[in-house]
Amino acid sequence: MSMLELGRVSKSYGQGGAEVHALRDVSLTADEGAMVAVMGPSGSGKSTLLSIAGTLEEPTSGEVLIGGQPVGDLSRGAKARLRRRVIGYVFQDFNLLPGLTAAENVSLPLELDGVSGRKARVAALTTLDALGLSGRASHYPDQMSGGERQRVAIARAMVGERRLLLADEPSGALDSVNSEAVMRLVHDACKNAGMTAVVVTHDAQLASWADRVVFLRDGRVTDQTAPAPGPESLLIPEQNR
Amino acid sequence: MSVRHAMLALLSEGPKYGLQLREEFEARTGEVWPLNVGQVYTTLQRLERDGLVESDGTGGEGPQKGFRITADGERELARWLRTPPDLSSPPRDELVMKVLVALHVPSADVHAVIQAHRRYLVELMQQWTRIKEDDAWSDLNMLLAVDAELFRLDSVIRWLDAAEARIKRAAADATAARAEQAGRREQTRAPLPRHRREARIRG
Repeated sequence: MSMLELGRVSKSYGQGGAEVHALRDVSLTADEGAMVAVMGPSGSGKSTLLSIAGTLEEPTSGEVLIGGQPVGDLSRGAKARLRRRVIGYVFQDFNLLPGLTAAENVSLPLELDGVSGRKARVAALTTLDALGLSGRASHYPDQMSGGERQRVAIARAMVGERRLLLADEPSGALDSVNSEAVMRLVHDACKNAGMTAVVVTHDAQLASWADRVVFLRDGRVTDQTAPAPGPESLLIPEQNR
Repeated sequence: MSVRHAMLALLSEGPKYGLQLREEFEARTGEVWPLNVGQVYTTLQRLERDGLVESDGTGGEGPQKGFRITADGERELARWLRTPPDLSSPPRDELVMKVLVALHVPSADVHAVIQAHRRYLVELMQQWTRIKEDDAWSDLNMLLAVDAELFRLDSVIRWLDAAEARIKRAAADATAARAEQAGRREQTRAPLPRHRREARIRG
């Protein structure tokens, strides 16, 4: 079943001669447990696509379905609930609150959603533990490395019953080892925890962690990769050695 | 990588038998680089002839013969490790040529050509990345070799991205230049202002 579906989504800003088309007729599907990367240069519409998928912006035309439910039909309150409970966001600059510990940053979205402080803390610690960050639970963001901060941000995006993870250049500011750790986490969240992830990036090494890579150019989906065969075909068969 | 220096590297860890060298050579390189394992024994004979390894004289010429590296062998290995491979002249790159040719073929859409290559490269990178996902494949040697391949493919994709941006900019500049030229032509064809017409008649 598809967790996220964008059907012929267009988005434009401004009017008349000043009208800018950020997205044109974009259709995209991400099934449950799938990791989809959207690759494109700056200004290709990647971030707009993610904002619309995350219900942070409305499309000018077209339809967005999350978990089979058309988002356009939802009331403002229902949309806000969807954002709090189902969707997790990861940004390039982590967006952690500096005055809160890792555990508090992760539990915050649950508490804002009315979950009791104790239950939210237990859920936050469970998620941090699953991401190998239990030793960092009581640390503040400025006591952690960039890689650790982004892993905490991913924990915050996964905590509770969240099913859809939307990441905008999640490892843009990290070195290659930490970038790989972040992509591995997102990948494992999809394969082991059944999350669905859409990651936008201009970086092919990061995109190659995804099951499918969609190419965006000038607001249009121009192409996508076919399912990759296993690695065996790259390695030399025993009999040929 | 030459079989010769691979043998010296393996022997730098300590004395080994021919069969052991063959097996270790295969395990460390065979999965990623297609090297000819059949060359192992002949290479060892040549290394012995050149004084870079010495044998213990037991086990005849077969797999049970033991080898150790000599001081000259250690020096040759150190020299080889520090000598950069010749990267001074760019290789004839088929992909670069295809993009350059596409620019001059009127029926070819150079952006579609670039995208076809970009997609293929990303698909290859996805395949290499699958190796990293599976712990069974991922020993340190394999991970380093996979990283090398991923960085190489990534650099080609970056070149395609840069080429596409440059081609787009060149096309935009050409369009702007044509519009400017057309504007100038339009101005020269426009009727002269009245005072200049009168001046011409009087003159």
